[in-house]
Amino acid sequence: MTVMTPAGDFRTSYRADTTIFPTRGSRAALWAGLAVLLCAPLVLDRYLLSLLINVGTLGIAALGLNILVGFTGQISIGHAAFFGFGAFSSAWLHESFGLPVLLCIPVAGLMTALVGLVFGAPAARLKGLYLAIATLAAQFILEDFFARARWFTGGVAGRLTESPAIGSFALDREESYFYLVLAFVIIMFVAAANLMRTRDGRALVAVRDHYLSAEIMGINLAYYRTLSFGIASFYAGIGGALYAHHLQFVSVEAFNILFSIQFLGMVIIGGLGSIMGSLMGAAFMVALPEVVQAAADALAGGAIDRALKIGGNISFLREMAIGAAIILFLIFEPDGLARRWKLIKAYWKLYPYSH
Amino acid sequence: MGEGEPILRANSVSLRFGGIRALTEVSFAIERGKIFSIIGPNGAGKTSMVNCVSGRYRPSEGQILFDGNDITRLRPNRRAALGLGRTFQNLALFGHMSVLDNIMVGRHHLLKSGFLSGMAYWLGGAQEEELRHRREVEEIIDFLQIQHIRKAQAGTLSYGLRKRVELARAVALRPKLILLDEPMAGMNLEEKEDMARTILDLNEEWGMTILMIEHDMGVVMDISHRVMVLDFGRKLTEGRPEEVMAHPDVRHAYLGEVDEAPSEAVPA
Repeated sequence: MTVMTPAGDFRTSYRADTTIFPTRGSRAALWAGLAVLLCAPLVLDRYLLSLLINVGTLGIAALGLNILVGFTGQISIGHAAFFGFGAFSSAWLHESFGLPVLLCIPVAGLMTALVGLVFGAPAARLKGLYLAIATLAAQFILEDFFARARWFTGGVAGRLTESPAIGSFALDREESYFYLVLAFVIIMFVAAANLMRTRDGRALVAVRDHYLSAEIMGINLAYYRTLSFGIASFYAGIGGALYAHHLQFVSVEAFNILFSIQFLGMVIIGGLGSIMGSLMGAAFMVALPEVVQAAADALAGGAIDRALKIGGNISFLREMAIGAAIILFLIFEPDGLARRWKLIKAYWKLYPYSH
Repeated sequence: MGEGEPILRANSVSLRFGGIRALTEVSFAIERGKIFSIIGPNGAGKTSMVNCVSGRYRPSEGQILFDGNDITRLRPNRRAALGLGRTFQNLALFGHMSVLDNIMVGRHHLLKSGFLSGMAYWLGGAQEEELRHRREVEEIIDFLQIQHIRKAQAGTLSYGLRKRVELARAVALRPKLILLDEPMAGMNLEEKEDMARTILDLNEEWGMTILMIEHDMGVVMDISHRVMVLDFGRKLTEGRPEEVMAHPDVRHAYLGEVDEAPSEAVPA
């Protein structure tokens, strides 16, 4: 879809033509959105804030997966394992070496990136289903590693994590932790947007769209396919580390294949190959169980509840809702929420003419 | 190496797929600054030859020298940096990218920013580099007259426009030798004339040597400096267009029986 700009909004320099937020309206919306988010901890209760924090941590990891799946056209069904590796790495770094938590988080990201590069090495040669199976192996190997490496994960008992602190000020409450996650979200999303408008980001998309001609254009396919895995794992590691220090407890069982599938669900629902879509997908995935819960509560005691016993089966309803959402999106909006959002914006720009 | 040295030299290149011999001991040399065309009937091995030069295929035997370097076994992505660009017979654009990004991909080997400085954008000099190259890319966009579609998604364009974008992308590589695989296939007369003029401009004003495969004999004979004819993977002849046209084997290759073919069946 061609980018539409409002009438009278002309670019007079190439610099103005390469900005992430091209129009005055979008920039205004950006600052307004940021202001609202900065005020959120003053208004929202802790439960809603923890949901927003989840959107942020999952969104960062989902963005990593989107760079891999949406932008590079690879596949990974082991993303939750990398997310978990980041979570345990950060906790382990803090406990074993006494590094401040704020430093542990990026270092955990780098460690996860290294592990991702190891497991991503087959990506240089494999494609499609074969690569999917190779990443499935990564999922199971890492899960097994979590269960056995007690020194790293605390074994089946799991591992307690500390809250980060700036000086003597501990970010141990939802209100303060929210700002940390917000800062990471902004940095990671801006970095991804920058990547995609420069050389290596274009190379990733070129590999996805037509790898043969990408190679003729001077792009080293093996390098970029592997690099994509490294970047995706880095994002997963950062997201996982933030997740760990928020919950203050990491359990070995959390990072199973279902969680990996949920990450894929976020990327598909949000929009493959869309940066903001990753965040929308994560928000959708976090909001969905809440909505299902609310619906179940509303129905509680009614005739339907008595017939189906929904109250006791909320988790099973949740899984079903996720599955149904993925199917519905694949059929009705394969390009995800990001495209739907674009269409809504276009509708207002073109109103009252629909074309 | 002197100016007189050919920019591309193929020394008895053979290519086999199992029992099929796609090319058999083909040798030729392209001088700098010339337009060199390969013609021949369907399945003669024209595209196979170009694929050997661009690196899609590796010759089973023989040697290919480009600008003094032996590139016979060089990976395709390394050839771009040496100054070898190409377009494809069946369009091979990056369909979901904008026209501008497609052309910027052509600058890949000229850009230095890696993923880290790309992510830091304002800090590592990536922005300056992008803008500098954008200026040069705009010159190419002007030259090929695709200003109006620079923000359009490449996959949504018409066939003729896509051909032009593909050429722009290959030109953005700043190649010394550009390989054009059927640049005019599927075009109408007006588009063909435009394309022929573009190729002449690339050759004369931009100083690029051109290796072209084309079926439109009128165009080939009008703009080529030299023509090579392939048939069943073998080199039939090579020479100036009028020499090739007059060659009896060429008529035979295209038309089968020479004696029964009326002379106007081969357009001059």
